[in-house]
Amino acid sequence: MSAPPPVSAQAQGMTVVARTQAQLVRRRFFRHRAAMSSLLLLVLILLLAVTSIGVGPIPGWWDKPYTGIGPVVDEGRPTLSVVPTFLGGDGLRWGEHPFGQENQGIDYFSLTMRGTQISVMIAFIVGLLGTFIGVAIGALAGYFRGWTETILMRLTDVIIILPLLALVAVLGRVAGNQGPVVLAVVIALFTWTGLARIVRGEFLSLREKEFIEAARAVGTPGHRIIRKHILPNTVGVIIVSATLAIAGAVLLETALSFLGFGVQPPDTSLGRLVSDYETSFATRPWLFWWPGVFILSIALTVNFIGDGLRDAFDPRQNKVRN
Amino acid sequence: MVAFIARRLMISAVLLLVGTFLAYVLIALSGDPLQDLRQDTGPDRENRIAARTELLDLDTPVVLRYFLWLGGAAKCLVPFAGECDLGQSIRGQDVTFLLSGAIGATLRLILVATVMAVFVGVVVGIVTALRQYSRLDYSATLASFVFVSLPLFWFAVLLKQYIAIDVNDWLGDPVVTVGTAVAVGLVTGLAWGGVIGGSRQRTLVSFGIGFVGGAGLLLLLSATGWFDSPGIGPIGVAVMALASAVGLTALLSGFGYRNVLYAALVMAVIGIVANLSLGAVLFDPGWWTLLLLLLLTVAVGVGVGYAMGGLQRRQAVQAAVWTGVLTGFAVVVDRMLSAWDNYAEAVNGRVVPTFGSETPNYDGGFWGNLLDSTTHLALPTLALILVSVATYSRYTRASMLEVMNQDYVRTARSKGLNERTVIIRHAFRNGLIPITTLIAFDVAGLLGGAVVTETVFGWQGMGRLFTTALTEVDPNPAMAFFVVTGAAAVTLNMLADIAYAYLDPRIRVS
Repeated sequence: MSAPPPVSAQAQGMTVVARTQAQLVRRRFFRHRAAMSSLLLLVLILLLAVTSIGVGPIPGWWDKPYTGIGPVVDEGRPTLSVVPTFLGGDGLRWGEHPFGQENQGIDYFSLTMRGTQISVMIAFIVGLLGTFIGVAIGALAGYFRGWTETILMRLTDVIIILPLLALVAVLGRVAGNQGPVVLAVVIALFTWTGLARIVRGEFLSLREKEFIEAARAVGTPGHRIIRKHILPNTVGVIIVSATLAIAGAVLLETALSFLGFGVQPPDTSLGRLVSDYETSFATRPWLFWWPGVFILSIALTVNFIGDGLRDAFDPRQNKVRN
Repeated sequence: MVAFIARRLMISAVLLLVGTFLAYVLIALSGDPLQDLRQDTGPDRENRIAARTELLDLDTPVVLRYFLWLGGAAKCLVPFAGECDLGQSIRGQDVTFLLSGAIGATLRLILVATVMAVFVGVVVGIVTALRQYSRLDYSATLASFVFVSLPLFWFAVLLKQYIAIDVNDWLGDPVVTVGTAVAVGLVTGLAWGGVIGGSRQRTLVSFGIGFVGGAGLLLLLSATGWFDSPGIGPIGVAVMALASAVGLTALLSGFGYRNVLYAALVMAVIGIVANLSLGAVLFDPGWWTLLLLLLLTVAVGVGVGYAMGGLQRRQAVQAAVWTGVLTGFAVVVDRMLSAWDNYAEAVNGRVVPTFGSETPNYDGGFWGNLLDSTTHLALPTLALILVSVATYSRYTRASMLEVMNQDYVRTARSKGLNERTVIIRHAFRNGLIPITTLIAFDVAGLLGGAVVTETVFGWQGMGRLFTTALTEVDPNPAMAFFVVTGAAAVTLNMLADIAYAYLDPRIRVS
């Protein structure tokens, strides 16, 4: 068997372009249709939530505050309309209160945007911090083995056997009063277990590879081997897990707030909104629909992005999805 | 194997101990049980604080208190002593008493949800794996993404507000319109066409069969007034028994060698005859009677299969036993539905309930109560299993695809076995091994989900016990929740590990 002559690719009119691993991954991700449209939708939702009511002292383009009580117009019906007039609708209209008003006349659009801000912020903190803890614990356990591994992995086992929602509810009862950031940090303290197991598994197989042995042989210290030699090889798994962890965190926080052990007033979150207006479902269903639709959209788009990343990082995927 | 099980038992016990300790400390840190009394301005404030401190041992440091609590809880492990002591609630009730009232409903919910989720998820997973990259596969993938992203509490409220109320209204005057029938027919047709697959013509024919079957059945049932008082009847049971005999034979061995078919058919006939002659036994049985009948069915099935199996004895035994079990299931459903009129009258025609785990003060005999529990389970289970179904189906699909690429499957194909044998006997059983570990994980998730579901549907179960206790800063009932869920998770994990080791000999050695 002789190797084909190097000119054959050009002879067929094809050019071979050398690409780095990162370029390949990026290419595969950008061509993943579901993931890209999800990314676009997610960015739009985040932009809407951030720019409309503004962040902190910076005002947004929406003039109605999420705390302002006012007169209830038209029983608080939403004024948003997307059905054109020739189809019997009211035409494209944003209106005075696009998402309607709640019982005390607070504009529901700004309330939902505020809830989205808080829920997304918590989800990102939980996702990223949880990933960080999971990676650290998994890396230590997988690299050093021995007693470190036994203790860390048994700790993981202990946390896994307790129902996560209940465990977080116990702590959320206290942390919820101290603002959403504290709550997010507390939730993150218990959501790292799955990733720690995965990272440990990756480390266990990688640490036996020749290039690690070579690094050890020339006297590279442990922390450097972990950072420079092993972690870059597990980055795909970690990024995918972090994305899925964010989606999980959105659902976890909203469920927690729904039960009353998450975000506490005066702060609000999407889960709190669902729980607050569950009773007015029969009379004003939109108070219930909007936050739910936002939770679903955020979780769904993040899950799709995670799926796209998983495909992009999968080396077996030679074919570029179109 | 014994050493393996012993080691797993030890590890599980330690895990549970540390887990309960962690939960106990966290609960103690989560709030002050005296909070409401401190703000009290009544004259006997000091006395009440002292009484509650005494009741909950609040003067003892947390770590020591855990061991006192553990001393009481350890007595629960002594069987039949009746000294189980999980402490007292903030109102002085025994937690063991509170738990005994709450545990039944929750375990029922979890059990039914697990069985349903595993069954549906595995079937969907296998079908989508066999029809990889088909439209059905893509739809199932999309659906599983939506299910995983759906906030459980929100979906549960939607079910309650729309499905329950609409179904109940519709049952007041149950007439299926042609539009609904066509819509349902389209869904069943598409599903059936997707499952059968094959060439375009074959898919279209399957779609037609599914469409006519779905829409026609609905219209027929509506026209005969079946929805007014649903039931199966002895003829329906007979048809289902014979159909399961034929279906199982087709699945397990095919019709090339007749003995399996004959064994399954004999079993179906035995079931039909038993259904007609056991009226007195089944009039108002108990769970023990049903269990006994199930064991009897299995024994008879084994006997029939063994006697008639011939060369395919093993498949004959399997087919006969499963035919018997399915026939028995049909009989149970038939008897349960016979209580429909009585039950519908008791609940004023609002058959799909949205609150609680049973109708208060309703006693319709064994079958009536069973129907009552079933209707109460319907919506919470539906809400609860969505995430699990998605997980199981994705996992099964991936696992089946991996197994189908293995060398031994290729070998099985290349030696000329037909596709059914390859899938059922070579791929399916190995593909399901990883699912055992998933079940243990998933049950812990379901227990967390039960907290939400019970809140939405107003069940007086363990989830409710937990949320109430947490709101009132009542440590012992909250702890009881963690003990039960932790014990369940640890036990299931252990069983899964043992099952895994049994199914996959490579695990045992390490």
